Amino acid sequence: MRYIEPHAHMVSRTMDDYKALAMAGCRAICEPAFWAGFDRSSVDGFYDYFRQLTEYEPKRAARFQIAHYSWICINPKEAEDPEFAREVIQIIPEFLKKENVLGVGEIGLNKNSKNEVAIFEEQVQLALDHNQLILIHTPHLEDKYKGTQLIIDMLRQHSEIDPNRVLIDHVEEHTVKQVVEAGFWAGITLYPESKCTPARAVDMLDLYGSTDRLWMNSACDWGVSDPLSLPKAVLELRKRGFDEQTIDRFVYQNPLKFLRQSGMEILPEG
Amino acid sequence: MKETKTAMMDVYFMDARSKLIDIAAFMDRAERYGETGDYRYQEFVKALDALRSSDRAESVLMKLSDPSKEPSEKASAGPAVGAYQKD
Ligand SMILES: [Zn+2]
Repeated sequence: MRYIEPHAHMVSRTMDDYKALAMAGCRAICEPAFWAGFDRSSVDGFYDYFRQLTEYEPKRAARFQIAHYSWICINPKEAEDPEFAREVIQIIPEFLKKENVLGVGEIGLNKNSKNEVAIFEEQVQLALDHNQLILIHTPHLEDKYKGTQLIIDMLRQHSEIDPNRVLIDHVEEHTVKQVVEAGFWAGITLYPESKCTPARAVDMLDLYGSTDRLWMNSACDWGVSDPLSLPKAVLELRKRGFDEQTIDRFVYQNPLKFLRQSGMEILPEG
Repeated sequence: MKETKTAMMDVYFMDARSKLIDIAAFMDRAERYGETGDYRYQEFVKALDALRSSDRAESVLMKLSDPSKEPSEKASAGPAVGAYQKD
């Protein structure tokens, strides 16, 4: 089996995890910029983090023949101070030029506040100005439904956005339909506690898998999460009778199709 | 797309049965410790009604979601808790 892990926060993971991912068939990892569990107090803190994503993690991944790509942005959790967020946004274009950066992400909302909305809008504009793909984080738990609505409404107001170049992540049963029907890509995040189990993810693939605009990811970070949740979802797909060709489409070809819109040569052999 | 038709009960019944008993035990526990007044528990009990609808997973999630539409003035402190306190 081969697969792409399209959303993993490897900065909070060990080399053992890279090894386990490689052994499970992972060919490429995409790492969005996010909140690392502790607020950064300066623009320099972000600068170092972006360098870690674009320079250091690719080297760690390469030790296990895994390709590594990243997304750059200021995450919604740290967007509550808009002046500070704008200073961080100033340094992003330098990183968007790098050959292993996929686009702007994971932007989005966390607690659905006015400041988060403002910084989200500004980063959508940044992505459009630089012709970048967009990866969007939707809020957790009770805030997800409202946040997803707000995000879709805001994106719809930009007529210049091609929904095919936007992925809205962490969908669940109450948000997947509206994302897919609005023409965006949808990401299903497999989390042991707070998001989606493999069985529920496969239910969503059962219902919406005929579209190619779906992927699954582990989002593994510093919280309770499992870097091998994608191979576990593949076991679930097999249990449910999906053939190997369809499984390959879900876990390899679909993400590849979205990511190659960045214009980069991603896994050129596959 | 699908190779064979899978018997869902063979695959999922025992797992669902165990989770159902877990829910029952959680409710007994909440009662024993006198915490049924907590809004999270109250919203949980209300969400059980959604099991009688169709699209149960979606309905349960909606029962536990913030139904408001406008962005808030400020981000609330602390992480999301999984249930929304309706007044
Ligand atoms: Zn993430």
